[in-house]
Amino acid sequence: MFRKLVISTIAALSLSSGAGFAAGGAGYVENYEFSFQGPFGLFDQDQLQRGLQVYTEVCAACHGLQYVAYRNLSDEGGLGYTGEEVRAFAAQFEVYDASIDDWRTATPNDHFPQSGLETAPDLSLMAKARAGFSGPYGLGLNQLFKGIGGPEYIASLLTHYTGEEVEQYGTYFYENESYPGGLIAMAPPLWDGAVEFADGSPNDVESMSKDVAAFLTWAAEPRMMARKQMGFTAIIMLGILSVMLYLTNKKLWAPVKARAKAAAK
Amino acid sequence: MSGIPHDHYEPKSNSEKWLHSRLPIVGLLYDTLMIPTPKNLNWMWIWGIVLVFCLVMQIITGIILVMHYTPHVDLAFASVEHIMRNVNGGWAIRYIHQNGASLFFIAVYLHIFRGLYYGSYKAPREVTWIIGMLIYLMMMGTAFMGYVLPWGQMSFWGATVITGLFGAIPFVGEAIQTWLLGGPAVDNATLNRFLSLHYLLPFVILGLVIVHIWAFHTTGNNNPTGVEVRRTSKKDAESDTLPFWPYFVIKDLFALAVILVAFFAIVGFMPNYLGHPDNYIEANPLVTPAHIVPEWYFLPFYAILRAFDGDVWVVIAAEFLTGGIIDAKFFGVLAMFGAIIVMALVPWLDTSSVRSGRYRPMFKPWFWVFVINFFVLMWAGAMPAEGIYPYIALIGSAYWFAYFLVILPLLGVLEKPTTPPSTIEDDFNAHYGDAASGNGPAAAKIPAE
Repeated sequence: MFRKLVISTIAALSLSSGAGFAAGGAGYVENYEFSFQGPFGLFDQDQLQRGLQVYTEVCAACHGLQYVAYRNLSDEGGLGYTGEEVRAFAAQFEVYDASIDDWRTATPNDHFPQSGLETAPDLSLMAKARAGFSGPYGLGLNQLFKGIGGPEYIASLLTHYTGEEVEQYGTYFYENESYPGGLIAMAPPLWDGAVEFADGSPNDVESMSKDVAAFLTWAAEPRMMARKQMGFTAIIMLGILSVMLYLTNKKLWAPVKARAKAAAK
Repeated sequence: MSGIPHDHYEPKSNSEKWLHSRLPIVGLLYDTLMIPTPKNLNWMWIWGIVLVFCLVMQIITGIILVMHYTPHVDLAFASVEHIMRNVNGGWAIRYIHQNGASLFFIAVYLHIFRGLYYGSYKAPREVTWIIGMLIYLMMMGTAFMGYVLPWGQMSFWGATVITGLFGAIPFVGEAIQTWLLGGPAVDNATLNRFLSLHYLLPFVILGLVIVHIWAFHTTGNNNPTGVEVRRTSKKDAESDTLPFWPYFVIKDLFALAVILVAFFAIVGFMPNYLGHPDNYIEANPLVTPAHIVPEWYFLPFYAILRAFDGDVWVVIAAEFLTGGIIDAKFFGVLAMFGAIIVMALVPWLDTSSVRSGRYRPMFKPWFWVFVINFFVLMWAGAMPAEGIYPYIALIGSAYWFAYFLVILPLLGVLEKPTTPPSTIEDDFNAHYGDAASGNGPAAAKIPAE
């Protein structure tokens, strides 16, 4: 019965994933490797910093990041900047302050700006708001092994422009193999060498796409490292507790079962 | 309580006697905890404790979340992000609460299937079953309203679709829907009352849980054989039972700890697996998601709701016979609530004289098809209502109703059950007397009293 129970629990979990039953016409999503995948996966600090640079120099022209504050850049388990570096980073930007009814230099407590372009979605949660994988047959089993696929979706979207343009009702759309429906209003934002990294890291479209996808994953889930840490702590503690309770239970029931055995003879 | 002869609490010291003659609360707790419990309970009898744990966990984490949450359409989504980013440990509390709902439903479904297999609903436990069904309905209401609170796209559109069901009721539907929502559409008034009710209902559930426990403490537990504990003498009763504390408390706590290992693996490593990505997009009344899907635990009933569209002959017949009062939409709503009502009526639909499914050879395959059908409906409910999926959902829905309304009543007449053991003690001894059961020499060394 216990085995049945385990099987049915697993079945319930895997069948039930409501997540990522992507609608018809979902695009192709490549299963890129990221350092933060899996229970042991960690953010790659250098990659997050490169991703911030791509975001700042390219994405931020239209998109916002309203739920992320500059001070978050020095949070533990993230980009690892010092308070001094964050102050300097924030000082590059101007924010509108309602209390003085004027613009002023941003401080670490200010948030990244909202989207400047109305049609460009905010990217704070984008890595959690998209599913890359949903199969097979909508069972969501792939998500168990590959992850839900938000960062993969972002990286795929940025790398899977075909170069074709289509005009519809006076608006230009760009063909993209990863975008649901195939036509996206965003022009290809990246090209090889669009951003120069100080450490000379590769700056082809695919590398930059992965970097910015990693950064946006951090932006969506800044406490991921602490979360995995908690997962391990809880599993180890509860594992020890389980073993102790198992032994207690076995010892407690031993005389009862021994009596049953004797009675059956 | 329980009608099973056993020792009751006797106050010993003077202070105990003083309190006992004024408020016998210690005696109540003692008798509740020491209830004689059939000693052959298997691992499917652990879910009750898991469910009590879930309820307490959800209440505690929920109370903390409310301290930081803002129930306003412009601020709710941002306040959840505030919890996730700025509140100390807020992400943990929120992920535990969010996934705790899933654990709650996994446990309640296994608990219900346990009851259905071992005939726990049969006389004299019908009231326990009915209270349980009420708790389950309350849980669904609470979970549904809780899902609206983060004010994501699925929150908003899920609320729109589900409250729209009430609009399908003939004549008064629209008025009821407006009354429920506090306006013509899902808006700030809806969000506020949903928070209020989401906070209230768990305490109603807590009260019902106490009544549920009271009811089965009055009748005594069912057990895998379905044979009643002997009440002929205290000695007979003691041969069939063991006190709940410590034997079953420790056993259940062990099971709970193992389940929590799996739970925290999900919270720690894949907390959004059971959620929907669209709910990380703030609610927007102007943009409908491509595909509105409820939470996984509603999917089987969502499939039943959608299965009965205007092309199904029963729907056409119902519409014709009622002069259009029951249209396809209302039929679907009736089917969805009917699915739960027939389950609640199972004590009177199951005609078999034997309680436990273990001794019912014909019942077993029908039961397992019912379980598989539940998962098929869950899957069909998650798929778009097009192509082959509505047909699968229709077949599944038909089986759901046939199981309760045709198969269970007929099986009692057609089936020839095997003979259950005459006592619980016999069953227990036969199980543990068998060398193959793996209870090694360590157990044998301890002398039998």
